[in-house]
Amino acid sequence: MNRYPAWKYAIIAIALLVGLIYTLPNFFGEAPAVQVSSAKATLKLDASMAPRVEDILTKAGLKADFVQFEGNSVKARFGDLDAQRKAKDAIGAALNPDPADPSYIVALNLLSRSPHWLTSVRALPMFLGLDLRGGVYFLMQVDMKSALTKKAEALTGDIRTLLRDKNLRHAGITRDANNVEVRFRDRETMTAARNLLTDQLPDLLWVDGQDGSDFKLSGSLKPEAQKRVQDSAITQNITTLHNRVNELGVAEPVIQQQGPDRVVVQLPGVQDTAKAKDIIGRTATLELRMVDDSAEAIAAATGSGPVPFGAERYVERGGAPLIVKRQVVLTGDNLIDAQPGFDQQTHEPNVNLTVDAKGARIMQDVTRENVGKRMAILLFEKGKGEVVTAPVIRSELGSRFQITGRMTTAEANDTALLLRAGSLAAPMEIIEEKTVGPSLGAENITKGFHSVLWGFAAIAAFMCLYYLLFGVFSTLALGFNLLLLLAVLSMLQATLSLPGIAAIALTLGMAIDANVLINERVREELRGGASPQVAIHTGYERAWATILDSNVTTLIAGLALLAFGSGPIRGFAVVHCLGILTSMFSAVVFSRGLVNLWYGRQKKLKSVSIGQVWKPDAGTDAKANGNANAKVPAKT
Amino acid sequence: MEFFRIRRDLPLMRHALVFNIISAVTFLAAVFFLATRGLHFSIEFTGGIVMEAQYAKVAEVDKIRTRLDELKLGEIQVQNFGSTRDVVVRLPAPPGTKKDEQTAIVERVFTTMCSAEGGSVTPATTEKGEKRQICKSADGAEPVRQQRVDFVGPQVGRELAVDGAKALAVVIVGIMIYLAIRFEWKFAVAAIIANLHDVIIILGFFAFFQWEFNLTVLAAVLAVLGYSVNESVVIFDRIREAFRRYRKMTTHEVIDHAITSTMSRTIITHGCTQAMVLSMLIFGGPTLHGFAIALTIGILFGIYSSVFVAAAIAMWLGVKREDLIKATPAKDVDPDDPNAGAVV
Repeated sequence: MNRYPAWKYAIIAIALLVGLIYTLPNFFGEAPAVQVSSAKATLKLDASMAPRVEDILTKAGLKADFVQFEGNSVKARFGDLDAQRKAKDAIGAALNPDPADPSYIVALNLLSRSPHWLTSVRALPMFLGLDLRGGVYFLMQVDMKSALTKKAEALTGDIRTLLRDKNLRHAGITRDANNVEVRFRDRETMTAARNLLTDQLPDLLWVDGQDGSDFKLSGSLKPEAQKRVQDSAITQNITTLHNRVNELGVAEPVIQQQGPDRVVVQLPGVQDTAKAKDIIGRTATLELRMVDDSAEAIAAATGSGPVPFGAERYVERGGAPLIVKRQVVLTGDNLIDAQPGFDQQTHEPNVNLTVDAKGARIMQDVTRENVGKRMAILLFEKGKGEVVTAPVIRSELGSRFQITGRMTTAEANDTALLLRAGSLAAPMEIIEEKTVGPSLGAENITKGFHSVLWGFAAIAAFMCLYYLLFGVFSTLALGFNLLLLLAVLSMLQATLSLPGIAAIALTLGMAIDANVLINERVREELRGGASPQVAIHTGYERAWATILDSNVTTLIAGLALLAFGSGPIRGFAVVHCLGILTSMFSAVVFSRGLVNLWYGRQKKLKSVSIGQVWKPDAGTDAKANGNANAKVPAKT
Repeated sequence: MEFFRIRRDLPLMRHALVFNIISAVTFLAAVFFLATRGLHFSIEFTGGIVMEAQYAKVAEVDKIRTRLDELKLGEIQVQNFGSTRDVVVRLPAPPGTKKDEQTAIVERVFTTMCSAEGGSVTPATTEKGEKRQICKSADGAEPVRQQRVDFVGPQVGRELAVDGAKALAVVIVGIMIYLAIRFEWKFAVAAIIANLHDVIIILGFFAFFQWEFNLTVLAAVLAVLGYSVNESVVIFDRIREAFRRYRKMTTHEVIDHAITSTMSRTIITHGCTQAMVLSMLIFGGPTLHGFAIALTIGILFGIYSSVFVAAAIAMWLGVKREDLIKATPAKDVDPDDPNAGAVV
């Protein structure tokens, strides 16, 4: 009865193997590496960079362990610090011919030392939290109110234009927070306007009312529209933050949304809070200017003449120079949105731009006089400008217009992103800030490690002494639990923090409960006179119901922590919940597997090594039976 | 080895009233201290600035405190943590303080701490490109070093408190529903009362000793809630089994039997968990200190409450054999039960 079918052993073996493989990368530590990423928002890194870096390294006579393209950076790993420094210099010199205006960021970094075959099965080490690694942490709050106000402001402009176009006379449009109010002199106009606005602006919900002799329409943003505005605001802010943080050359920056309106920025290894804040808080600016197309300017562009007065020379994204007038038509402040899309007639990819009411008036005036000419859109970062695109003006433009022509969908996406990257969708404020020194981090790792180690050792020693062989099985099951837990956490690429380590320790301390329950039950069955095989069987059977009940209640507490906790509590809860699940498997299935393997085959099992089984009615025998293997008396 | 050689079921329920009175007294004391002293909330809840500094020699906390009080920055806390050389300074940040102002406050405080040691502050850049204040004394030694600086908005704290309360509510409701389904509502009520009693007592300890109540302690308190219910469930499980097996026993005896037969497991399990927690307490350093303390109290009172409180409450609520037998279908009845055939 105590035999497992082969498939059960197979499952255990597979779990053990998977556990080993995925836990392994955590033990290799980190090796020095060089990371190459783009220094400019207009420059995108692709896979072709990896061979280029490799080439540079070969020329410099350096041997990298590997060079790989990942996400939006190329990383090369080296055996020692010396090679890393040399490689950084070599790559930096080759990629950035002009050190004053670098196109690429070449930064020192750390990469896992685990062998390539482990990385190729996606067995990666866990991330270490800031408290273990040192670094800077920011919690930023996005001002959603102003994002909504911005949207309402834009809509107010739209309403004005729409009503004017249809010749519907209104008695004033006002914006009160996120609500728009339009007044009318008579009911007919109001009804007509209402029909028009409901049709044209699906984001607003209209309610009509009467105020004295005036009729008024109050429009408010629909909840789903509000949500859309907020979602896109936070996504855009995160994108902008990513671009900016890239510049710091941080190894594994974490930029995550937390809750509906928060962004967490973690910069491991960065110690200089002031610089990090400076970069995160910086805004790139966007400017719209007219292209100078005079003869002198064309000559200047080809390099055969000086740049004319009142104009500047900029480089277009493709690399071609362009002479642009100094006078700024519009700035990024007036740009409300830039979205990639498709032209309705030609079905070509395009970028749809929306500017606010003030911007629309300027655009209208400027474009009316300049049809057929080119307008350049410039992005200024760190005081240096670059032309994102310079389309030809086809007609007079209003608040909404589009850039079309010879673009792929990817290009349209990039352009839209660049246009938006200039600004944050909504202002952000740092509401929490933490700095942890690297030595403190290393200390915390040691502390966490020692806590788990000695706690485990104490439990293992006790279990082995008290339950003998069953105790050994329990200890092995507990070790297996730890292995599985680490493997799952590595697979999930969870970030390990000190509370997380505490949760691992606590989970182990609690997981032993299942084995204690089982062992006590088996003893009890033996005490009741059951034969060893029956005792093992019923012991496990009966303990299982209790284990399930008690673990489910613990899991409920864990899940609640997971749902409502934030920051360190969340880290704790993730480990806690996973630990409960792995402990059920290891304590019940794995330890039973071991017991079955050891005892299951023995047909005439006389005794089991579970420590002394004491019987109330045989108290005097107990001393005599104080040896390792409890004798099981015949049934009475 | 066999630690627990109990010949007869312990007549615990005979003294249920005494235990309940003890519980009620501790509980009321905890509530009293919570109400009068209140919890010493960490900066994560209240908002403010935390600065950790390490001194080259033993830090004179009183001296630092008097020097910092001269700055008139409001209530400043200076405490040792970990070793006698490590000092943590907590500064209140009035709502609406700008980040730059906070940084300025930190700089002022650190400058004061540095000059108290006879050094002067230079904004230096280390080889790693870190820019931070470095305190140098005349002979070039570094008498005090800034380890960590945190700015926390009080807003975050309020949310944490709300989320913590929500988590607590969900845990209570979730566990009650589960226990009511698996067992019976009387057990659910008994288990929850017993466990809330644990949680309040832990909080009472934190209020009485004015230990710092931070996020990890909150996590520990909520974990204790799950852990302690766990304990009650094991006993309830036995009560149910005993009701089925021993038809002649009274409710009293059944509960006594259940507690006695799980006693060994209770002590061993908690001992093991406590071993782990003790290890955290010894090796875990200041971050895990509060966590380990909360768990230690939680474990000790967890044993007490599930043995003496939960079962007793279930008894007062009038658990009957019918409550549990009815709840489970007949096929669940133990085949080994000699009385199984008696069911009509």
